[in-house]
Amino acid sequence: MLTPEEKIEIEHAIKLVPYKKAASVEALKVVQEHRRWVSDESLRDVAQYLDMSPEELDSVATFYNLIFRREVGKHVILVCDSISCWVMGYENLRNQLFNRLGIKYGETTPDGLFTVLPNCCLGTCDCAPALMIDSDLYRNVTLEQLDEILMKYR
Amino acid sequence: MERPLTQHIRKDGRPLTLKEYEAVGGYQALRKMLKMTPKEVQTLVKESNLRGRGGAGFSTGLKWSFVPLDAPKPKYLITNADEMEPGTFKDRILLESTPHQLIEGMIIAAYAIQADISYVYLRWAYKTAAQAILTAIDEATATGYLGKNILGSGYDLEMHLHTGVGRYMCGEETALLNSLEGKRATPRAKPPFPQVSGLFGKPTIVNNVETLCCLPHIVNKGAEWFKKLSLTGDAGTKIYGVSGKVKKPGAWELPMGVTLRELIEEHAGGMQDGLKFRGALPGGASTDFLVEEHLDVKMDYTSVAAAGSRLGTGTIVVMDDKTCPVGFVENLEHFFAQESCGFCTPCREGLPWVEKILNAIENGEGREEDMKLLDFHTKYLGPGNTFCAFAPGAMEPLQSALKYFREDFERHIKEKRCTMERR
Repeated sequence: MLTPEEKIEIEHAIKLVPYKKAASVEALKVVQEHRRWVSDESLRDVAQYLDMSPEELDSVATFYNLIFRREVGKHVILVCDSISCWVMGYENLRNQLFNRLGIKYGETTPDGLFTVLPNCCLGTCDCAPALMIDSDLYRNVTLEQLDEILMKYR
Repeated sequence: MERPLTQHIRKDGRPLTLKEYEAVGGYQALRKMLKMTPKEVQTLVKESNLRGRGGAGFSTGLKWSFVPLDAPKPKYLITNADEMEPGTFKDRILLESTPHQLIEGMIIAAYAIQADISYVYLRWAYKTAAQAILTAIDEATATGYLGKNILGSGYDLEMHLHTGVGRYMCGEETALLNSLEGKRATPRAKPPFPQVSGLFGKPTIVNNVETLCCLPHIVNKGAEWFKKLSLTGDAGTKIYGVSGKVKKPGAWELPMGVTLRELIEEHAGGMQDGLKFRGALPGGASTDFLVEEHLDVKMDYTSVAAAGSRLGTGTIVVMDDKTCPVGFVENLEHFFAQESCGFCTPCREGLPWVEKILNAIENGEGREEDMKLLDFHTKYLGPGNTFCAFAPGAMEPLQSALKYFREDFERHIKEKRCTMERR
């Protein structure tokens, strides 16, 4: 069931477009904002609300890298793996992150705190390597800084 | 040296408020422009020789002129702020630090095509920029620069921010339109071009952030002034960037047409100690390598094209002599294989194949016939064989790497290993 708050926000998005279906990406964002990810149940609820079939909405949801169709942790860590970060040796940072958290890409720590995902260029290539945790961007990240950064979210 | 786009950016990058932007002449161009006809604005921009800064380099004024001015409303003006080309970080600076300059540029572009609805299509990762733009739209609306009857001119324009949810394809203008319509971001067939049938089937212009930010200055100071900013035939300034193992990576607004050598040796401080320049992508992941013999190429659309590559976004990724070209290109092709929208077969099937071959070569499992396979792909995923420009773009760094660094590929296959320091 969509909550009243979710419905209000989705309605707001619908007002800005000529027909309901055109608000599908916005509606998925609303649900994810409130629930961290989009479950099958949420997907069906949103589809019904927008007069779409769940299959059609899922074709949209699964197209975009940052609509999560599987459960993610409280904090999502996105590691930039594109060319400038690669040249600067981002793998050391990635490996340290895997070590500290005991997980790999696509996995969530057993306490549900962190999910780690690879991500395309974060657009801060003069400050590589870079990563994002939720809405926070970290640039020129050293191995020493990584532990401090993680502590902020523990 | 004039730096119109970035001259007022603070050291700490905090955005200029409306009052601060007005204090340095902001929104004067809007007042001046509202006294012109839309056709006059189009002519001015055409005469200024402004070319699209998103990568394609098409004449901005000419692009606008294809919009039928008498078409019924709505018409749309969209800012492409989905900066996702690997190695590119120039629009971020403008979005975060001078949001009002972008908004003023958007109003000018919208007026020139008589659009009544505008969107900023912003990449999800640019959180600071999103906040800056939302605040700026509110400020501009409250002051009467946006909304109904702008400054008493009778012209109406509403503006919205749309943040994406991540996919490189969204930067392609027709895919961006599908995405804004709540669909999968696959490209559309052209014609019809978006200028005639774009967002929701209505006439639409999509312009890049840096392109739009040039407009207030062109309106204020004229087409001739804008042309004279450049060292070459391609007008204006350009925000260039350099990343990779140089001493001072960064981005700078410079006259269009400075050389690659000046950018790397002067502005980026030269290569890090102990490293030599081996090659560079001049304008993002989907441009052909330039090498040492090209260091004196002028970085404008025409000269870089004559050297066999593209200016693209003008943000350079440098490759040094201890970095493996095979590994470098493998990283790029991994990106392209992952980001292919999957709509047409050559791109969907070909790119992962290319990535696997490169991975095998890099890991010492390459076979001699793999060179032929790679050459084959650069042709069959090239222009004319795929639905859009994505796969041909992906082939640009590969085909040029096979040309300039062929011995590296062959050595990997012969010695069955990679001997480079960075691989």
